[in-house]
Amino acid sequence: MFSKYRDKGLVRKAAERIAEVAGGEPLRIMHVCGTHEWAITHNGLRDLLPEGVQVVAGPGCPVCVTPGGEIDALCALSLERGITITTFGDVLRVPGRKGSLAEAKASGADIRVVYGISDAVRMAQQEADREFVHFAIGFETTAPTTAVEVIKGPPGNFSVFTSHKLIPPAMEFLLESGARIDGFICPGHVSTIIGSDAYKDLASRYAKPMAVAGFEPLDIMLAILEIAMQRKRGVAEVYNEYARAVKAEGNKVALRAIEKAFGVSDADWRGIGNIPDSGLKLRGEYSKYDAAQRYGITLAGGDTMPEGCSCGDVLLGTLRPEGCPLFGSECTPESPVGPCMVSIEGTCAIAFKYSDLKLRSRRP
Amino acid sequence: MCLAVPGRVTKIEGERAEVDIGGIRREASLELVGDQGIKIGDYVLIHTGYAITKLDEAEAKEILMAWRDVAQNELEG
Repeated sequence: MFSKYRDKGLVRKAAERIAEVAGGEPLRIMHVCGTHEWAITHNGLRDLLPEGVQVVAGPGCPVCVTPGGEIDALCALSLERGITITTFGDVLRVPGRKGSLAEAKASGADIRVVYGISDAVRMAQQEADREFVHFAIGFETTAPTTAVEVIKGPPGNFSVFTSHKLIPPAMEFLLESGARIDGFICPGHVSTIIGSDAYKDLASRYAKPMAVAGFEPLDIMLAILEIAMQRKRGVAEVYNEYARAVKAEGNKVALRAIEKAFGVSDADWRGIGNIPDSGLKLRGEYSKYDAAQRYGITLAGGDTMPEGCSCGDVLLGTLRPEGCPLFGSECTPESPVGPCMVSIEGTCAIAFKYSDLKLRSRRP
Repeated sequence: MCLAVPGRVTKIEGERAEVDIGGIRREASLELVGDQGIKIGDYVLIHTGYAITKLDEAEAKEILMAWRDVAQNELEG
């Protein structure tokens, strides 16, 4: 049954229906998920959409919006104080303002890539004479894994630098800023945690059709079709296309863990600015595991992208990577200038990876 | 970052499960799906080593049924 969602014939039929329903009217849909961007580009879905129907990538890559100042602070923590930093592989080469964690590692810092936070906790248990700081990046999908480990009570030589961010406040920020968005494809895996009802209020207040979508080609095409249909009917609801993984109320166990371990705070999104109530910080008895408190890390805030880099515009969906003067010349996955070219979920890295494929497919 | 992969549960020991992800066996935590009654043979989505939800085949079918103007012929086949 799951394989039906990859069926080429169904995807083409959905594309035909989108063209009928959109009726030549412009329709600009934003998604806020790096994995959606990968699925859309990898499957060439943009080429199947009719003229006028656009799907743009928003700030859906947590690594890309992680402030450079946080990366600098963790590099310094490891280089100057000999603390082991654990984090996800995606973060390693993201340039901070002074350098990347990969560069710090090359200079002798103990920076380790882990698959998940439980691996980091295990290392801290096994190496009791070392201090470990886990750099916890990620949206609502990843936050409960941090919450669960902190609630269980990791060893005393383990703490967490939390950079978790929340998606609905970022969507609201974009809508409030007047960005041209006619509807949202809501992120599938974030929604497994927060549930499809989490977007209801935004959909009705801003009168924007929304659809939670999975990651197969048909999932995304059905979400686009649904948004086009809602617009045609003049309604703005949240449709859950990814019902096989997402419930209206989300994952209650995960939500309870988040609520227990974290409080909501304002957060800086690199290249975008400060978004109210869009971050998570450890609270109450769990703040003893907060690395920022333990090591007295304070951040200046107001973080920007590296000089000349257009990642800020790419994250807001106002510029396609190909429109950046550095794309593919000075900025490549081998030698990235901005964070969107580093992460496997970065819009620029995805565009670069598949640009050649696109050229090949267009050759006669 | 929010990448999650589907895996089939092949073994359960307390809050740990062994899952088959496209032929590769790995361990995954069931701590976040403790209330979802996960059994051997179920498909779960795994994110950074934690199962985050059960995949529901009946729901997958229902969505395709709801879109039968797109999916009709294939569902009958």
